[in-house]
Amino acid sequence: MSNNTQQGIDEKNSKSEVKKNAFQRFLQHFSGNSLALVAFILLILIIAISIFAPFIAPYDPAKGNIVNRLKPPTLERPADGGFPHILGTDQQGRDVLSRLIYGGRVSMSVGFTVVAIGGTIGTLLGLIAGYFGGWTDLIIMRIVDVASSFPGLLIALTFVMVLGPGQANLTIALLLVGWMIYARMARSQVLTARESTMVEASRAIGCSMPRILFNHILPNVISPLITTFVLEMAHMISAEANMSFLGYGIQPPASSWGLMIGEGRQYITSAWWIVVFPGLIIALTVLCLNLVGNWVREEFDPLQKGRH
Amino acid sequence: MTENNDNIIEVKNLVKYFPLRGGLLGQPTSWVHAVDDVSFNIKRGQTLGLVGESGCGKTTVGRLVLKLIEPTSGEVIFNSKNIYDEKFWKEKEFRRNAQIIFQDAFSSFDIRKNVENIVGEPLLVHGIAQGKELKEKVDDLLKLVGLKPEIAKEYPHTLSSGQKQCVGIARSLALNPTFVVADEPISALDVSVRAQILNLLKDLQKKLNLTYLFISHDIRVVYYLSDYIAVMYVGKLVETGPAEEVFAHRLHPYTEALLTAVPIEDPKMRASKEILQGEVPSPVDPPPGCRFYPRCKYAIAKCKDENPELIEKSPGHFVSCFVDFHGSKTII
Repeated sequence: MSNNTQQGIDEKNSKSEVKKNAFQRFLQHFSGNSLALVAFILLILIIAISIFAPFIAPYDPAKGNIVNRLKPPTLERPADGGFPHILGTDQQGRDVLSRLIYGGRVSMSVGFTVVAIGGTIGTLLGLIAGYFGGWTDLIIMRIVDVASSFPGLLIALTFVMVLGPGQANLTIALLLVGWMIYARMARSQVLTARESTMVEASRAIGCSMPRILFNHILPNVISPLITTFVLEMAHMISAEANMSFLGYGIQPPASSWGLMIGEGRQYITSAWWIVVFPGLIIALTVLCLNLVGNWVREEFDPLQKGRH
Repeated sequence: MTENNDNIIEVKNLVKYFPLRGGLLGQPTSWVHAVDDVSFNIKRGQTLGLVGESGCGKTTVGRLVLKLIEPTSGEVIFNSKNIYDEKFWKEKEFRRNAQIIFQDAFSSFDIRKNVENIVGEPLLVHGIAQGKELKEKVDDLLKLVGLKPEIAKEYPHTLSSGQKQCVGIARSLALNPTFVVADEPISALDVSVRAQILNLLKDLQKKLNLTYLFISHDIRVVYYLSDYIAVMYVGKLVETGPAEEVFAHRLHPYTEALLTAVPIEDPKMRASKEILQGEVPSPVDPPPGCRFYPRCKYAIAKCKDENPELIEKSPGHFVSCFVDFHGSKTII
C-alpha cells in the first residue's frame, strides 16, 4: 500500500515539473468544454466593450442627426466622412452601434449590482436560517415566502412608478424581487451540510460557529450558489430589458438594450435593425452566461477537481 | 482531580430520546429511546469497549459523552466536572482533552482542504501553533500515525481508506487529548488494513497514555483492544465487566448471541452455530419488559413485563437478566 502511494506521489511531482504558465493552466479548466470557452471569451469581450465604451463607440449615443434618421446598416461612410453606420441609425438619427455599446454598460451594471448585493444578502440570510433553524429559520423563511408570493415584475414596476424611473431605482426595484432565490438555495444547501459528519468533526475539534459556517459550510455549498449567481445575472439582464422596454427603466436619451427595443418597436416593419441588433445581443449575452454557468457548476465540484 | 478517583469519565443514568415529529403542527408523536439509562466509568489509561448491533445507540452514547448532542437527562462527569453543567462548561478546554475518531474518516473531512489543513486545524483553532511551527507539528503528527510527511499536500480523496483513517487519527491526536472516543474506527476499512489501524490505536494508547471509549459491533475487535466491555442492546446496557471476565463467564444470552455470531474459521464447528431468531424491537416507545425478550429462548414470563436491573453477579461484573444464564463454551 505504502509503495503505491509513494509511486503516486512521485508521478504527481514529475507531472508538476512540466511547468505551465498561468494562462495554460487556466485553459486546462476548459478542457472538454470548448463551447464554454467560446462563451466565456464572448462574455469577457462584451464586458470589456461595455467598460471601455467611450473609447470604442464611434459616435455619441445620445446625439441625433435628423438628416441621417432610419438609415439601414451600411459600410459606406456618411456624407460628413465619419465612421460608417454599420448597424444603421435609429429614428432620431443616432448610431445604433454606439447606442448598443453604451447600452451594454447599463445592462451589465444593473445585472451585476443586483446579483452582487442580492446574492450577498440572500446567501447570508439563507446560511443563518439553515444553520440555526428554529425560530430564526421560521422568521427568515416566512419573509422570503411573502416576498416571493408577489409577482416580481409587478412589484418592480410599482416601485419604479412610485419613486420614479432611473438606473438607481431600477436596481433597487430588481433587488427587491431578486434576493429570495439565494436565501432559499443557501438554506437548502446548509440544511444538508449541517447534519454532515464534517460539521460534527469541526465541532469536535472546537471550531467556533462562524468558522464552521464560513470556513467549512460556505465553501462546500458555494458551487450551486455560484451557478445560480451566473444564471440570475442572465435573468436580471432580461428583467432590466423588460423594464426599460416598458418605459420604467432607463430613460432616454440614455441607452440600454431593452430601451432600444422599446423605442424601436414602432419602426420594426420599416427599420428592422433598430430592434434586431439589441435583441440579438441580449440573447447572446444570456446564452453565454448560461453556458458559463453550467461550466462553473461542473468545475466547482471538488471531486471532479484534478481528474482531467 | 482527586487521587482516589482515577475514573477519567463517569457516565451516570444517561438518557437520550429523539422526537419523532408526525403531528399536524410538528409536535412529537413518539420518542426514539436511543439511549435509556446508561451508566459506566472509564479509568485513566484504559479502554472501555462498547459493543452492540447497528442502531442500538452506541454511537449516540459516543456523541453524548463528547457533548456533540445534548442528553434528555443524565450526567457525564469528565475530570470531576459535569460537562452538561453550564457553570463548569469550558468548550475549548474540554475539546482539547476529549476527541473523537470517526467511522468514515473521509466524510469527516472538509474535502476542499488538504491533509495539512485538516490535521493542523485543531492547532490553529486553539491558537497552539501557526505558520512554520504548525507545519512542523503536522509533520510530527503524520509521522506519529505512520504516514509520510509528503502526504501533507495531498487532498483526502486521493488517499487510500487506511491513509484516510490515519489522517483522521492524526487530527484527533493533534490537541494531545487524554480521552478519545473511537466510533467504529475500523468498520469502514478493508480487512487488510484493519489490523494495522487496531495496532496503531493500541500503540498510541501506550505511548500517549490515552483513555479510549471504543465503539464497535464486532465483539472480537472489542475483546482484542479493551480492558472493560459493555454490551448494549436497544439503548440499554445488558452486561458490563472486565473483558476477560465477560468473555469467560457470559451471563447474558445476548452476549452469547453476539459471540456465536462471530464467523468461525473451522468449517466443522459451524454446525453448532446458533443464529438469533426474530427481529430487533423498535426503539420507538419500547415495551416495559426486557428488550431482548422477544428474541431470547431462555425468556420466562417475568421478562415480558418487568425490566431487569443491572446486578453485580461477581466483582465488577454486572448483568441485567432474570434468568441464571451461563455461556456454553469458550469460543475465542
